Amino acid sequence: MVDINPLIIFVASIFTNNMILSNFLGMCSFIAVSNEIETSLSLGQAVTFVLTFTSLLNYLIYNYILEPLGLEYLRFIIFIIVIAAFVQLVEMIIERFFEQLYYSLGIFLPLITVNCAILGVSLFMVIRDYNLIQAVLFGAGSGIGWTLAIVSLAGIRKKIKNAKLPKGLEGPGITLIITGIMALAFLGFSGIVQIQ
Amino acid sequence: MSTILKTVAIISAMTGILAYLLSLANKTIGNYGEKKLTINKEHELTVDGGDTLLGALIDQEIFIPSACGGKGSCGYCKVKVIEGGGPFLPTEAGYVNKQEQAEGVRLSCQLKVKNDITIEIPEELFNVKQYDFDIEFMNDVTPKIRHLKAKLPEGNEIHFKAGQYAQILAPKYKGSREEVYRAYSIASSPSEKTSLEFFIGYIPNGVCTTYIHHHLKKHDKLTIVGPYGDFYYHEGDRPMVMVAIGTGMAPIMSILLYMRDHKIDRKATFYFGARTIEDLYMIDELTELTKELPNFTLKTCLSQPTESCNWTGEVGRVTDLIKKYLEDGPESEAYLCGSPKMIDSVTPLLKEKGIPEDRIFYDKFE
Repeated sequence: MVDINPLIIFVASIFTNNMILSNFLGMCSFIAVSNEIETSLSLGQAVTFVLTFTSLLNYLIYNYILEPLGLEYLRFIIFIIVIAAFVQLVEMIIERFFEQLYYSLGIFLPLITVNCAILGVSLFMVIRDYNLIQAVLFGAGSGIGWTLAIVSLAGIRKKIKNAKLPKGLEGPGITLIITGIMALAFLGFSGIVQIQ
Repeated sequence: MSTILKTVAIISAMTGILAYLLSLANKTIGNYGEKKLTINKEHELTVDGGDTLLGALIDQEIFIPSACGGKGSCGYCKVKVIEGGGPFLPTEAGYVNKQEQAEGVRLSCQLKVKNDITIEIPEELFNVKQYDFDIEFMNDVTPKIRHLKAKLPEGNEIHFKAGQYAQILAPKYKGSREEVYRAYSIASSPSEKTSLEFFIGYIPNGVCTTYIHHHLKKHDKLTIVGPYGDFYYHEGDRPMVMVAIGTGMAPIMSILLYMRDHKIDRKATFYFGARTIEDLYMIDELTELTKELPNFTLKTCLSQPTESCNWTGEVGRVTDLIKKYLEDGPESEAYLCGSPKMIDSVTPLLKEKGIPEDRIFYDKFE
């Protein structure tokens, strides 16, 4: 067990150890869905929600089922199955009880299943040997960090929408460059806290 | 060894539990209770909420055309929803254009029934039925075209208009992992209500054609849904121009048989094109029809006759035949059937000959 204040992990996972900008996980939806601030915010919320709960679920499964049985190597496949099933369940619940949200998230909800940031968080939490509270806060923080990154990117992309770009850079090209610059900017936070 | 067993056991247990939880959730959270489905203002049905509209309609034995089996990849199952459809979904956007959206057209396989819902469908769809047919016979009329006759289960009848099509279900077989429906024109006469005939051309890698040519056995059952389609015989006395190549002859055959059965003595000319003499199938039957229908003429042509064909007739494409023989265009109406390429090249020619566009009926085999 590592002895770090869970709140530090929470803050660090938002700023210094941001899932996208320092680990480059969850890039596909990050690039694809960052056209508009509103949709990227909804996707970010959904990701945060799923991240928090899957890190909790996966923590319990890993520590109370896989580890006692000596089957740690199964974590990849089990984590993926749990994430997929959880997203399905969340989709059903949102569809039934929060219809408006369901329609505004639309196609993104099932896409979260294949967001690598989700699996990444579950795997990091195992590698870094977090306890339950640390793991859950790490999940929530990573989700918020992911949301922060995608919403800022959407804002920047909105600004440059009218800019005259070289033909080859339009779309994903310039987005990747912006992401790189954003990552450099986030590097500036690294003095605040550091986990690893 | 024990590690392997343990691994398998854990994975199976985990997936089992999760699958059970999901199916439980589907029954509780995904269950919207019974909903009222109103079709064309007169038919009121009770359906299970939470199902897709397409699924709910199939449960009620109303068969909306669908080729992909509800995966949202063919765009055939469009239905006009008047009320209770909920917001338009992104998965529909690829198949329903802006104008259709404004009219309330939805993709019935994507839309879930969550409220009481009012829809409009063409009245003919009530006539569409699905049965497991018995194969009466199959024989290859050309190396690539198979003539298939399927019989309805005892005591059932099918009513269709000459020229319409039905969908044949190709089940899963080795090399094809999913069920697919494919459309084939009916070649038999509408007065024959207990069986259907088809001409099915072999297309390399075609899921359904491969099934019918290579996997279907005489004692198998064949699931067929139909009839569908807005290509059919129009009553009247205008001279008819019929054009077909390959399996496009099927609906023309059906129209001719209908005319024979009802003793309709309209002036009709059938331009039938093929590559070689081998591809010119059912010629005896067609010749027989020219005797029974005094005003019916058959014009055939070969585009690539070989020496072994001993062909003394016309050489060229159907377009050459039409150029040469078609008269009184302005009075005629036309029925075209076959590949899109053929239809796209024949249509302008017919317009040139004076047939107005609204009297050119066609069925593109895509």
